[in-house]
Amino acid sequence: MHTNPLYNVFTTMLKRDLFFGMRRSSELANSLIFFLIVVTMFPFVLGTEPALLRDIYPGVIWVAALLSVTMSLDRMFNSDFEDGTLEQMLLSQHPTTFIVMAKVVAHWLLTGVPLIIASMFLGVIFGLSYESLQAILVTLLLGTPVLSLVGSAATALTVGLRGGAMLLPLIILPLYIPLLIFSVAAVNNASQGLGFTGEIYFISAILVLTITLAPFATVLSLRIRFG
Amino acid sequence: MFGKFDKYAAPENFYLLSCKVVPWFAWACVLLTISGLAGGLFWSPPDYQQGESVRIIYIHVPSAWMSIFIYMVMASAGFVGFVWKVKIADAIARASAPLGASFTFLALATGSLWGKPMWGTWWVWDARLTSELILLFLYLGYMALQSAIEDRRMAAHAGAILAMIGVVNIPIIHYSVEWWSTLHQGATVSKMDAPSIHVSMLIPLLLMAFSFKCFYASMVLVRARSEILMSERNSSWASKLALKRDSQNA
Amino acid sequence: MNQQSIDNNSLFAENLSCFRNEQLLFKEINFNLSSGEVLQIEGTNGSGKTSLLRILCGLAIPEEGKVSWNNQDIQDTRSQYLQDMHYIGHANGIKAELTPIENLVVAQSLTNPIGDCSCRDALAQMEIEELADVPVRKLSSGQRRRVALSRLLISEARLWLVDEPFTSLDDGGRLLVKKMFETHASAGGLAVIVTHDPLELPNIPFKKITFN
Repeated sequence: MHTNPLYNVFTTMLKRDLFFGMRRSSELANSLIFFLIVVTMFPFVLGTEPALLRDIYPGVIWVAALLSVTMSLDRMFNSDFEDGTLEQMLLSQHPTTFIVMAKVVAHWLLTGVPLIIASMFLGVIFGLSYESLQAILVTLLLGTPVLSLVGSAATALTVGLRGGAMLLPLIILPLYIPLLIFSVAAVNNASQGLGFTGEIYFISAILVLTITLAPFATVLSLRIRFG
Repeated sequence: MFGKFDKYAAPENFYLLSCKVVPWFAWACVLLTISGLAGGLFWSPPDYQQGESVRIIYIHVPSAWMSIFIYMVMASAGFVGFVWKVKIADAIARASAPLGASFTFLALATGSLWGKPMWGTWWVWDARLTSELILLFLYLGYMALQSAIEDRRMAAHAGAILAMIGVVNIPIIHYSVEWWSTLHQGATVSKMDAPSIHVSMLIPLLLMAFSFKCFYASMVLVRARSEILMSERNSSWASKLALKRDSQNA
Repeated sequence: MNQQSIDNNSLFAENLSCFRNEQLLFKEINFNLSSGEVLQIEGTNGSGKTSLLRILCGLAIPEEGKVSWNNQDIQDTRSQYLQDMHYIGHANGIKAELTPIENLVVAQSLTNPIGDCSCRDALAQMEIEELADVPVRKLSSGQRRRVALSRLLISEARLWLVDEPFTSLDDGGRLLVKKMFETHASAGGLAVIVTHDPLELPNIPFKKITFN
């Protein structure tokens, strides 16, 4: 056990959540399969012409990623809420923001990273150019942490509520729209051979803003939900 | 902190104040609406390009202004209620949400009605309309969250956090939607802008804006006082008030 | 840990009142608890006992009144208070997929400093050492309660706030837990316990609040 208590609580929580993620690996697989199913629906309705698929790919990937992450968010706090461990985390003398950040990182590793890998894989299958693949990788790398961070605040507000499963997408999806706009624009630019650094700057700005504010919002939301 | 207004922070005093003040706002709203609509519908000139249908901006633009204004009030009231535990602020925030959502919807509907005679479609993906649509979703999410939580105080505080998250996001959403619409429509002037604001158009516009504000003020006070009554229904002043009303009506 | 802090702690609840769903649950609750004393809160279901305990641990904010630990409002000195206090709620606060030892390691990371009693010793004191490496989901509810309560033994908290400790416990378990409270109080600790079981703790100064 490491002697620095803050480092210790962060790594313990991170390892704990990763352990649960691996233990309930069927849940992880479900998220990924859901993602693939959503992506597959679009060729069904829009046609399978390769040029078209390359065009719609960024939008489709991002919408499917948003939906998939939104559905996986309840994993973050629900189980801990039900067995009382979340309460204990709020009563730790260590800053709750550390514990929340550990959970967000675990969520990203378990949800965001598989999505990134699957998207790259799909990109190759859809025949995307090297520049497009590069763009989609960068936007996903910067964007998926934002999804987990904003998601943590929203899911903290709705943890344990009946009807929370439908309430969460309602709250969260409008907040994801700016990220969606800039990420898809970046990839579209890349596919036409244009530069996309402007969009990347904006996405990075959103990421920085979210890292700064979201843990704080999440902790406040949890405190409110507990009384 | 606000001196003599402190006593109105007590729910009972707020209730009585609201009863006294609402009629003033209501009459002001009626007068302003009449003068604003008269100015807008009769005296101001029709647009040489768009003809008479440009007159819908006298409803559309003030509604859009109100939709943002009310969101700011909602977030500020939520903040005050959360930090300083003021129940009135919680009631005002909760009461404002349906009003804000209605104004947003009105802005969308009038925008749509404007678009039909002009460009032949019921909906255009104009930057402002799309931002208003997302704002409507934010309002609906806020209302859904508050109705999902049973304990009123917890609902008020959770809503406050959501509203503050929304306030941070609104500029981001607005900018990104504007940027997105220039991508898809080219850098043309927004279709929803009136070509130029002449004084004869500006005055009715401002009159309508103030009338909507008075409407909001009177409505939110009425709604807030019934929110207060609802959440304080078990307190002694509420029962005394009910008894007094009963004896007055008897 | 110095000797003085063991013996000179006090918990002071002043004029507490609590609303839940716009109903007044209780008001004007006052009590004073010093080192070595135990407070029992008993009452009918739904009367607000758990709410009072949650106010005492700082999770809930009372409508009126305040709670002071060593003459400081707990909302002002939150971090210090959380170090000195441990709360066991109605729910066990342990993960079913982990083993008792793993649960205690996680609990230990949340508190600090690392206590004198090791995790295995704590489980031994609760007489479930042989189950230390069995996933909690395979344990009976009484055994799970013992795992939850063993968190008290590894923490350094002077104040224990416990909600219904005896639920699901058999007679042997109840005896164990009562002895645990006795030892804690004799060593200068404080405890607030919500329970409807009669608490017989010989030689321990004992107070009671009844809700109805």
